[in-house]
Amino acid sequence: MSQTQDITVTINGETIHATVPVRQNLADFLRNGQGLTGTHVGCEHGVCGACTLLMDDQTVRSCLTLAVQADGASITTIEGLGARPDTKALKAAFTNRNALQCGYCTPGMLASALEYIESGAPADRTAIREHLSGNYCRCTGYQSIVDAVCETIEGRQS
Amino acid sequence: MKAQDFRYERPSTMDEALAILADTDQEAQPLAGGQSLMPMMNFRLAAPDVLVDLGGVPELSGICEDNGEIVIGAMTRYRDLMASEMVARDVPLLAAALPHIAHPAIRNRGTLGGSLALSDPAAESPAVLLALGGSVDLRSASGQRSVAADEFFFGLYETARQPEELITAVRLPKAAPGHRFGFYEITRRHGDYAMIGVAVAQAPDWRIAFFSVAGTPLRATDAEAVLNADASDIDAAVAALASLEIDGDRHGDPAMKRHLAGVALRRAIGGMS
Ligand SMILES: Cc1cc2nc3c(=O)[nH]c(=O)nc-3n(C[C@H](O)[C@H](O)[C@H](O)COP(=O)(O)OP(=O)(O)OC[C@H]3O[C@@H](n4cnc5c(N)ncnc54)[C@H](O)[C@@H]3O)c2cc1C
Ligand code: FES
Ligand code: FES
Repeated sequence: MSQTQDITVTINGETIHATVPVRQNLADFLRNGQGLTGTHVGCEHGVCGACTLLMDDQTVRSCLTLAVQADGASITTIEGLGARPDTKALKAAFTNRNALQCGYCTPGMLASALEYIESGAPADRTAIREHLSGNYCRCTGYQSIVDAVCETIEGRQS
Repeated sequence: MKAQDFRYERPSTMDEALAILADTDQEAQPLAGGQSLMPMMNFRLAAPDVLVDLGGVPELSGICEDNGEIVIGAMTRYRDLMASEMVARDVPLLAAALPHIAHPAIRNRGTLGGSLALSDPAAESPAVLLALGGSVDLRSASGQRSVAADEFFFGLYETARQPEELITAVRLPKAAPGHRFGFYEITRRHGDYAMIGVAVAQAPDWRIAFFSVAGTPLRATDAEAVLNADASDIDAAVAALASLEIDGDRHGDPAMKRHLAGVALRRAIGGMS
């Protein structure tokens, strides 16, 4: 039997109490325990970026974070990203630019892109590439993703 | 794969953390950013009985100045080091290395202490510590000590730290006017562990530390001697890398890596400021 612990965590604005196995990672807790399957799991060792989400407004790998470590924290998954001001424009830009195909990388990609956009950083392609360097996309070749982030930032300024 | 089961402890003071590590009945391992330990646990390369999450110990984080040194708490995250004006101004070599470490989401969690405790041969921060001639503060339930960079790295993933000791802080000498620093690494993709890299300090004596060359970061003492005699003789400094004991790895054989070491050294020196 796994050892367990009680946690209190705010997920997409809603505070919940849960009992979790201490060895369970945050991605599995959200997907299996909370039915929030928008967080994708690829490699489970921090490399692919598919499981990236926002914890206290910073991107983290949910496969490298234990659910117990999220005790007291505020988590935003892809299901809750819509509540943030830039998300609508970013999603529209992703659609316009064909910045997704299979969509596997997209939840993590959007979290990283939003962290960049919300920081107020400029529409600089090199800096955007660097910020998204930890998110793998096997479909798009990245150009369209960088285009979409630039478009969102430019729209924000105008 | 998933991590094996363990007991989870989240102490709120350093003394509590040290007391758990001092109990040798069970294997306890500190958890810092988890950006290396969690993958190792998911692969079952690590399976501690007790995981001691240091995230609740505020004494372990923060950056301050003490007697000409910049003292960085072990749990200080890369993200906070990158945002620190003191680091940018007083430890420019570390500031130059930070953007090369992994990716933003990893830097939001990963810590300087965790990186030095792990001491991955391809990691940037051990080489920065060595090039600056800094030191590492260690503490156990029975005492504390400080170990100089030159005595800290023992072998592949092996350091002077004992299992019951925590790294509490890292001390790096403050840059003075006239000191110059350079950093260069060669990677296949941005944020990957380097194929080879070098951290260089002229403060005012030269110290050159390569990483991703062997089990530990290595000082190029012959090249340092050349530059101490004549700082403009870069060709001779590169030639002096012939004495460096470089291992081959999946990136290339020793001859190719020695060639890349020369390229990296020239570029690091060329970019010094
Ligand atoms: C995709 C990816 C890419 C990466 N790329 C790079 C890279 O390019 N360069 C690089 O340097 N790193 C890279 N890393 C590793 C990252 O920088 C890690 O954060 C770092 O090596 C370890 O720091 P941590 O705080 O996460 O430590 P943890 O993973 O929590 O711990 C690492 C080890 O140190 C021990 N430990 C931690 N803190 C202490 C302490 N205070 N006292 C004693 N022991 C302690 C732990 O018990 C464990 O054995 C990468 C990681 C990932 C997932
Ligand atoms: S599943 Fe977390 S980074 Fe790949
Ligand atoms: S859209 Fe398929 S991996 Fe990015």
